Amino acid sequence: MTTLDFERRVETNRPVTSMQQQAADVRTKISVRDFDFYYGENQVLHGISLEIPEKQVTALIGPSGCGKSTFLRSINRMNDTIPGTRVGGVISIDGLDVNTPGLDVVALRRRVGMVFQKSNPFPKSVFENVAYGLRIGGLRDRGLMEEIVEKSLRRAALWDEVKDRLNASALALSGGQQQRLCIARALAVDPDILLMDEPASALDPIATQKIEELIWELKDNYTIVIVTHNMQQAARVSDRTAFFMLGKLVEYDDTNTIFMNPAQKMTEDYITGRFG
Amino acid sequence: MRSELSQSRPARLRHAIDGLMTGVFTGAGLIAIAFIFLIFFFTLRESLPVFINPEVKEEANLRAFFIEAQPGDSMIDRYIWQPTSANPKMSFIPLILGTLKATLVGLLVAIPLGVAAALFTAEFAPRRLREVIKPVIELLAGIPSVVLGFFALIVLATWVQDLFGFTYRLNAWNAGLALGLALIPIVFSITEDGFTAVPRSYRDASLALGSTRLQTAIKVVLPAAAPAIFAAFVLAFGRAIGETMILLMAGGNAAITSFDLADPLRTLSATIAAELGEVVFGSGHYAALFFMGTLLFVITFISNTAGELVIRAMRKRMQGEG
Amino acid sequence: MSGDSWVPSVLPAYRRRPLLDRLWVALLGLSVVLILLALFLILGNIAINGAGQLSWEFISQPPREGLTAGGIYPAIVGTAMLVMIMTVVAVPFGVATAVYLHEYTPAEGPRLAWVRFRASAGRKGRAKLLLRFVSTLLAVATRSAVANLAGVPSIVFGLFGLGFFIQFVGGGMDRALHGGEIVWGQGNLIWAALTLALLTLPTVIVATEEALRTVAWEQREASLALGATRWETIRRIVLPAAMPGILTGGILGISRGAGEVAPILFTGAAYYLPYLPERLTDQFMHLGYHVLILSTQSPDVEATKPILFGTVFVLLALTFLLNLTGVLIRARTRSKMREGR
Repeated sequence: MTTLDFERRVETNRPVTSMQQQAADVRTKISVRDFDFYYGENQVLHGISLEIPEKQVTALIGPSGCGKSTFLRSINRMNDTIPGTRVGGVISIDGLDVNTPGLDVVALRRRVGMVFQKSNPFPKSVFENVAYGLRIGGLRDRGLMEEIVEKSLRRAALWDEVKDRLNASALALSGGQQQRLCIARALAVDPDILLMDEPASALDPIATQKIEELIWELKDNYTIVIVTHNMQQAARVSDRTAFFMLGKLVEYDDTNTIFMNPAQKMTEDYITGRFG
Repeated sequence: MRSELSQSRPARLRHAIDGLMTGVFTGAGLIAIAFIFLIFFFTLRESLPVFINPEVKEEANLRAFFIEAQPGDSMIDRYIWQPTSANPKMSFIPLILGTLKATLVGLLVAIPLGVAAALFTAEFAPRRLREVIKPVIELLAGIPSVVLGFFALIVLATWVQDLFGFTYRLNAWNAGLALGLALIPIVFSITEDGFTAVPRSYRDASLALGSTRLQTAIKVVLPAAAPAIFAAFVLAFGRAIGETMILLMAGGNAAITSFDLADPLRTLSATIAAELGEVVFGSGHYAALFFMGTLLFVITFISNTAGELVIRAMRKRMQGEG
Repeated sequence: MSGDSWVPSVLPAYRRRPLLDRLWVALLGLSVVLILLALFLILGNIAINGAGQLSWEFISQPPREGLTAGGIYPAIVGTAMLVMIMTVVAVPFGVATAVYLHEYTPAEGPRLAWVRFRASAGRKGRAKLLLRFVSTLLAVATRSAVANLAGVPSIVFGLFGLGFFIQFVGGGMDRALHGGEIVWGQGNLIWAALTLALLTLPTVIVATEEALRTVAWEQREASLALGATRWETIRRIVLPAAMPGILTGGILGISRGAGEVAPILFTGAAYYLPYLPERLTDQFMHLGYHVLILSTQSPDVEATKPILFGTVFVLLALTFLLNLTGVLIRARTRSKMREGR
């Protein structure tokens, strides 16, 4: 079985199939069909189906334990690192099933970047953190590396704060700065998609605001999927919102619709704080 | 940006390297693991003749090791280890006794000193003093046992004999004292870890009730660290049983059955060390020495495992209540 | 707190004895003093009697006149060569084994692995789960064996070295390659070094695994999410972060191995050789072994005492030098990491 090099995938211009997408020229980046997920014998996700549009922010909300983080991690197959897991159904990126046997997972993860809940910079310098993905990719041209690092740090709105201390330890930065560093690190390898698992939950309000502004700017260039337990954050930051509950997708629509005029009663109960 | 990344190292090479390294680590790991298990099994195998080889069994068998007694009135005459005489006698009793005597004295020295020093360091010593004491203990731990044995043989024995007037220069007191010195770092570091691991809240509660630091240390911290003290005891015991050089050099090298601590002694480990050089390969003596090694293995295994089980049980009990 | 006047009368009379308390604490402190005293006595005695022996001749010349005069150069060389070979074998294998145990064997315990295997009845990938279960068993058994091996008496390693390396392997090699002539079937550098390497292996493995454990799982996750392979993650993130612990453990193992005498008693040490060891099949002189022989089998104890003290001094100095190196390396790599190279 040959390795399907994800970097040479064929771009498909599939017509929009989802009923909820109004604008005809919004492409689907990630297509999910009847996706199941099992931890051993325990089924954690049941028949998830949705279409995530390109270059928009999609928020996944729901009470804790409802499977939204698991779903997020399935997109870049980070759940492979956990033993005993099984999947069913399909998650496709640009028409290619991420669970295709023989798919190069390493290449997949370059195309799909991830930022974690608690920032996890490497105990290296700021520069080396951002350059990490480039180095393992084999990039040796120092000039090009510096260019990409600067570009990434600018995109993550961190450049001005660290440009004079690129060689200082990343651990010396504040919590909010570290998280933006992790974003820059993920951006450096030029992903199409950015997955963010509660990126601001460990940060103070000011740092959170900075991250949210950043997300709003980033969506011009990247498809962003963000998991958050903070509903106001989802309302502020996202274009579309998916509400998960007990491993099922309850409702998925434009953010405005979800928050002002939800179709399902459960959604309304959650939004108004009746539970969760 | 996308075009620059076409510069990237081909994915196939990276995966190949990853696979290669997986093989390297697995291979190296399995080799080392194989040797670790090999030690157990090989030592066991070489002592098997004691059970199954008829020629060997004539002189070297379990009965000869543990039960057989020569005619005589006193213990010294009845249990004898003399494997190289015309009529070989292979009783382990004098050696076991020697091991126990030395271990007893060693623990008698190491446990009180080690625990007291650890308690003092953890509860009463000012920080600067603590940072002097710990390196000093590490220094003591770094002294090779051959050096301690040398010191006990050449210097200490004379001092001890002058002080106490023993008949023999090298005896259980001498060897046990040196052994105790070797054990102190073990006892100290484990109990000191145990004391510092006692939660601050215990001490605060005790002090808030109006106790002195001493009372807190003795009535609260000490009992709370009981698993650590037990662990230290067990590990020191295991180490003492297996210690070779100190007891070989400072014990007097006399395989006699005696309960007197002022008599010279010989331990199991020292016997192996003293006699393995001249033993005939495949003889009863050879198998007996390997059997001794297996015995030491088993004793250390049992004491380590027992210690670990008790510690786990104690910890569960403490966490259940605490 | 001044006195008992504030104590409510309901409680029984409570007498404080601050002086007695202080006495007890002093007694505790006395233990520390005693230990310090013992250390001082030992080191001082050796220093006083041994330092005088130190001269260029002592370090660079072989012994003469039946070990009563001359120097201990061959013993220094022998010890150094032995320790070097032991290190070259023990450290890579120890680190590799620890990496294998921590990074390549499954993280779950055998019980969970067995449950998962049973639960996968009739589905593909069953063989993989069975393999997983077997590796969890291996991991548990190995960790237990390593822990026990650390407590095994050093003489037992000597037993193994003699019986396995010399008799079995060496004897077999001699029968196969040299037609019964004794070349490998006797004590020499390589067998002694391998025996010592086995002795130090548990120390290195345990210290390395501890160091690997201190690297947070999130670090590995971050690296994998950026598209790194497992080996790239280990090489670039895990090992560098664990390096202080690995180095410390390595040096600790090495300095312990350098001082051990029991395992080399029958696997290669000699008390007088007219030549320096050059090949792996050569025997060697050894500082610790020299101390043993001079202490217990010297024909004229008084005459050899100066040499003996000098040898002990050199041995101690070398051991402490190794320990000090370890401490310095640990401190230096720690501060380097804080700067973030």
